Amino acid sequence: MHNKVYEVSHEKVRETILNLKENEDFTLLLDVTATDYLNYPGHKAERFAVVYILRDSTFKNEVIIKTMVDDETLTLLTISDIYYAANWGEREVFDQYGIIFEGHPNLKRVLNHHQFVGHPLRKDYVITDGQICTETEDLMDEMRPLLKQKGYEEDEVMLLNVGPSHPATHGTIRNLLAMEGESIVAATTEIGYLHRGFEKACETHTYSQIIPYTDRLNYCSAILNNIGYCKSIEDMMDIEIPERAKFIRVIVGELSRIMDHAVCNAANCVDLGGLTNFWYIFNPRDEAYEVLSKLTGARLTNSYTRIGGLSYDLYDGFAEEVESVLRSTEKSIDDALSLIARNKIFLDRTQDVGIITEEFAISAGITGPNLRSTGSPRDMRQDKPYYHYDSFDFDVVVGSHGDVYDRMMVRFEEMIQSIRIIRQAIKQIPDGSIITDNRAVALPPKDQVYGSIEGMMNQFKLVFEGVKVPKGEYYSSTEAANGELGFYVVSDGSGTPHKVKCRPPCYYALGAYSKIIENTMLADAVVTMASMNFIAGEFDR
Amino acid sequence: MELKKEEDLSLGDSVLVTKLDTAVNWARSYSMWPMVFGTACCGIEFMSVAASKHDISRFGAEVVRFSPRQADLLVVAGTISYKQAPILKKIYDQMPEPKWVISMGACACSGGFYDNYTTVQGIDQIIPVDEYIAGCPPRPEAFFDSLIRIQEKSNRESILEKDRQHDRDFKGFLDA
Ligand code: SF4
Repeated sequence: MHNKVYEVSHEKVRETILNLKENEDFTLLLDVTATDYLNYPGHKAERFAVVYILRDSTFKNEVIIKTMVDDETLTLLTISDIYYAANWGEREVFDQYGIIFEGHPNLKRVLNHHQFVGHPLRKDYVITDGQICTETEDLMDEMRPLLKQKGYEEDEVMLLNVGPSHPATHGTIRNLLAMEGESIVAATTEIGYLHRGFEKACETHTYSQIIPYTDRLNYCSAILNNIGYCKSIEDMMDIEIPERAKFIRVIVGELSRIMDHAVCNAANCVDLGGLTNFWYIFNPRDEAYEVLSKLTGARLTNSYTRIGGLSYDLYDGFAEEVESVLRSTEKSIDDALSLIARNKIFLDRTQDVGIITEEFAISAGITGPNLRSTGSPRDMRQDKPYYHYDSFDFDVVVGSHGDVYDRMMVRFEEMIQSIRIIRQAIKQIPDGSIITDNRAVALPPKDQVYGSIEGMMNQFKLVFEGVKVPKGEYYSSTEAANGELGFYVVSDGSGTPHKVKCRPPCYYALGAYSKIIENTMLADAVVTMASMNFIAGEFDR
Repeated sequence: MELKKEEDLSLGDSVLVTKLDTAVNWARSYSMWPMVFGTACCGIEFMSVAASKHDISRFGAEVVRFSPRQADLLVVAGTISYKQAPILKKIYDQMPEPKWVISMGACACSGGFYDNYTTVQGIDQIIPVDEYIAGCPPRPEAFFDSLIRIQEKSNRESILEKDRQHDRDFKGFLDA
């Protein structure tokens, strides 16, 4: 089930995308990225290609548009006026590859610092070439045009720097706000403080070695990233994983979703001044960590999946321990809700605050609970079901206002739905192996490694050369805790990817944040940020 | 009014004779105020350190500050990129003396498995570090272990020595 990559000439690409949006209902721009074909076997055409990944409004179909960029000019026309999401998408391509998007309102670096020279994802940039940053930029180059556009003089507003080291921005997001009294008249967001070169690291590691890196994308739900990544490689190679592995992936994946939502809502309560909720919600989470560390060997960074299946089978008593976690989770949700659900202060601080409309969310590429809270029932688990999600009985949770309150309540309710899924999956889980027996993918059993020369060679080749993925380009996605988590992989046929691009759901949500908080109060901006669950490992990669 | 008997006049157990250092160190080490510079996954694990199961307040260090000016223990929990480096240094410089630094996790200690163009290969290239914790992320118990070692260390210090020797000699790549 390979998705097709449509190649369009660089003169036509803007037109094609506009047409796809207006006439073919491809309303969501999932990601923009580029590929550097330097040293790609058999490649003769231009060096760089830019890739646009679009999704239609039913979430059932996606289309990949690829265009080769002229070697001389390295320029394409922007599509940031067609999709809001393209603004940050194109900035990242510019930052990492040096492709210029003509007509982009603010084409500057987004992940690397402003003193950085060169473009790190180009194949001729040496991975270990670090560049020291001595000072932080003042961001006035972004703020001045914004103020002008709003009709303010610089001395009429108070400029307030929030972050990156600020309790509300959780360590890695920086906002520059122009304030008039308590109201925000203009805002810009700067990220990149936790950029750790995920994509570049992928190009120097074998497919299996990348799995630990995926843990650290959204580290609140590491297993969901493991699953998303391994699933894309499996899809790319057309491998079916055993049924048992599918069910276990569903169970631990949903458990991770519960913990991710728990962290988000607990932290949001802290930001609202409700510390007690934090204690309530964190207790079952620690219990879940115990289960996961028994199962996978690690509390947080699990690296539980393998290409083709899983690393370990369930231990005896797993089902009972999970059930106990689920019960404590239900209790903690009840406890937390009993403190806030009818609490006037809580309602006043969250209702009609930080509103996102459905239309804006789609244009900005916001997916997952943040999109569902606007009333749009889009969930990859239902719209493009994988691992038998369509056979489980669960509801897609939607909100109605798209405000902070809805986002929190959607997350609480999704935790309850995940509990339902886990209970059903545990009942249905079949016996069998947990990893495919395809020896081109999975390591042989240890008795064969030590007992036969074939087994030993098999192990040796898989470890040293990696899993050989057929040449080609592929995009595959799953519903992670924050929304659609996609991986776009380019393989040159070897055991190391030519390129891996992660489509991080909260990168695009964060790109929209400065727009969402415009004309709101400062204190509301804080809870709005907390309710959208920005995970630095994911948006900065 | 009757005069008290002789033993009533003695001060009994109500006076303690000690060294000033001991008294000050006792107070300092059992009421550390941490400033958590949590940037990544290790920062999430620090949340578990603070939450009720592991409960950092058992060690008297639960007053987590977000302002460096109110803290004496800097916990760097997470990867530090070159972009983040000047900010970390500024935070450290803003903390009043005496201060201690815990480097939590492989990333803060050495860059971890991010040996690449964007990651500082250990925060001790920027600021002096007192305790390193291995792990990716370390378990909460490992954090407490290093906290206890910081307490022991601060118990051995003297208030007469204003700036500690290794801090004075320290030169990172941002102290050009
Ligand atoms: S040491 Fe590991 S867990 Fe900690 S920040 Fe680095 S990658 Fe994350």
